[in-house]
Amino acid sequence: MISKPILKNLLSECFENTDSDSEKIVIAEELGQWIIYISANQVVDFFTYIKKQERFDFLMNISGVDYSKKADTKITQKFGVVYELFSSLDMSRLRIKVGLSESEKIPSITNIFKSANWFEREIYDMFGIVFTDHPYLHRLLTHHQFKGHPLRKDYPADYNQACTESLPIHFADDKKDLDPNSSMVPLNIGPSHPATHGTLRVMCELDGEKVNRANVEIGYLHRCFEKMAETHPYNQVIPYTDRLNYCSAPINNVAYCKTVEKLLGVTVPLKAQAMRIILMELSRIIDHIVCVAANAVDLGALTGFFHLFTYREKVYSLFEKLCGARLTVSLTRIGGMAQEAPDNWLKEVLEFCKDMSKGVDEIDQLLTGNKIWINRTRNVGNISSKEAIEWGYTGPLLRATGMNLDLRKDTPYYGYETLDFNIPVGSTGDLYDRYLVRLAEMRESLKIITQLCKSMPSGDYTIRDKSIVLPEKKDVYGNIESLMNHFMLVIKGIKNKPLEIYDSVEAANGELGFYLISDGSACPYRLKVRPPCFAIYQSFPERIKGVQVADVIAILGSMNVIAGELDR
Amino acid sequence: MKEKTLQNSTSKIGSQTSQSNIQAEDSMVLTTKLDKFVAWGRKNSLWPLPYGTACCGIEMMSVMGPKYDLARFGAEVVRFSPRQADLLLVAGTIVEKMAPIIKRIYEQMLEPKYVIAMGACASSGGFYRSYHVVQGVDNIIPVDVFVPGCPPTPEAVLDGVMLLQKMIGENQPRPWKHKWESLQKH
Repeated sequence: MISKPILKNLLSECFENTDSDSEKIVIAEELGQWIIYISANQVVDFFTYIKKQERFDFLMNISGVDYSKKADTKITQKFGVVYELFSSLDMSRLRIKVGLSESEKIPSITNIFKSANWFEREIYDMFGIVFTDHPYLHRLLTHHQFKGHPLRKDYPADYNQACTESLPIHFADDKKDLDPNSSMVPLNIGPSHPATHGTLRVMCELDGEKVNRANVEIGYLHRCFEKMAETHPYNQVIPYTDRLNYCSAPINNVAYCKTVEKLLGVTVPLKAQAMRIILMELSRIIDHIVCVAANAVDLGALTGFFHLFTYREKVYSLFEKLCGARLTVSLTRIGGMAQEAPDNWLKEVLEFCKDMSKGVDEIDQLLTGNKIWINRTRNVGNISSKEAIEWGYTGPLLRATGMNLDLRKDTPYYGYETLDFNIPVGSTGDLYDRYLVRLAEMRESLKIITQLCKSMPSGDYTIRDKSIVLPEKKDVYGNIESLMNHFMLVIKGIKNKPLEIYDSVEAANGELGFYLISDGSACPYRLKVRPPCFAIYQSFPERIKGVQVADVIAILGSMNVIAGELDR
Repeated sequence: MKEKTLQNSTSKIGSQTSQSNIQAEDSMVLTTKLDKFVAWGRKNSLWPLPYGTACCGIEMMSVMGPKYDLARFGAEVVRFSPRQADLLLVAGTIVEKMAPIIKRIYEQMLEPKYVIAMGACASSGGFYRSYHVVQGVDNIIPVDVFVPGCPPTPEAVLDGVMLLQKMIGENQPRPWKHKWESLQKH
């Protein structure tokens, strides 16, 4: 964390040659995170300076907030835009808040940070905040016939608006979408196409086999996670988080619970921490299995899919033994885990680790030296570290470019610092490197799980704070105190202090962040998710320019875009 | 009208086969009704279009995968083109933006066609009572079998497929489909 004098210095330098008085800018600290309040006309100056200074290289997240129910005492206007900066040099974070009145516009910073593009579009869609000079300010998640802005507090959560038709092929850069006289061929892929792994729509204009320009449309799985979170108590949000990245659901559970716990100021017991790591690493493995196997299927290698899915099935059986559910497990609770692991469960996990390391070796033999695989992936989709940071890449895709950034090592949580594991990195950032990084990460995850299974801490699996954790079922049915406790906690919910926090974990795909604002009531006031693939996928139209159509599918597969967390 | 002529023709064929049974002594002939025979063929060779949009799509991959193996029920030929499929397996949440697309895909499928709604979201919107989620895919297309669960276990999906096979095998009338068709005409 950077110190206040440095921050003051930074601000005075930033606004040196402008009319703004840097002394008047409010700096606040909340839960160990610095917040700077600036006004809309200072935004461009500030971010231009930040960019030039090169200290904060990542623009991680931008969220809109409707303050009409007064969640922030320092912002008097109706709306707010909150920027989240991250420095890969010293891992410090900085939050910038801008208050906006109802019709006030805010300048876009897309020219400064490329990654701002979709985040700003989403805020426009959800709150109706207009970003001036944005290259393509259209609705992103809701359909084009949608009226109103759903995340405003006055929009009812259950008010549906039907969509009767879908948009024809359109592009972001040009008003004239398709010229019938040109020799270019329009091609529409998705949203229901086997190679898009879900509900993505890619629109290309082809010059022969090459993509001349492209555009993507998302929102075909916009399930209103953020609105649902605002209308449900803290504990009831957990099942919704499962369905964000459904390929690795436990990671989302942990990330959300960790955020709420940080806001509450509680630490979970060591046993719960270790269990959470085991679950997260198991999920990382199956997430990578889905990505690598599906990517190989797209390129014609079906064997890997059937072979690797056998191992994925084994992980699901482990989850089933632990809690009864296979895919959407909802295993964590705020304050710890839902229940104790059954006897011998850890032994079975260890056995799985042995099996799986064989499986990884086999897939290694199957693909790593495979001529077709190499030809299809090497030097395809190359990206440099600098460009990747510009777009807000995190996770395996960023590490494949040679950048060594992993939150498990850099800002460790739950005792990752005590475990022995390595962070694999690539060099060129092409598809082959991404595959190698994922493969190596699977091995490292196995290493982590093995260590933890052999040294599982003893103790309780959850904290026993009556105002946070529900009592055991046998007590609820056994004595009146627990029954009352259960009743009160279910009816009134967890009482949080009116604070806000941005917290993140290293998910299988990159940084998964939750920006949570509490107003002291039982439900979150605002919960914004920073999905890793959202930032990655917005670079897709630019990444596939000049690329052959067959490679478009390969690049898409390697990005591991999960529609659930992309559209939320 | 159509059903009547079909029944007439089957009874004719039935009488012919029984005649040929007497003539050819060394070969064995089974007699049946044509529509029963067709139904038997249909139910054992369903070609699914896996319309996986969300979490259920991942679980559907398990259904197709090595452990649960949908192929045992004659439905392993997965077709992503609606023209080649006769079973639309809606696996996952359908949101308002997707509604016109899934309707189009259903219309593009050739008769006879069947729909399974897999999971709570496809069946009723699930726990997403929200502004952008269609409250059940049966608001858009006629659904033959609903499989509950969030997501349903692969066993439950197999059960749903078997239920559909039973419906097809018995030529069970499908009033919900006729209702949908008459609604489309207006």
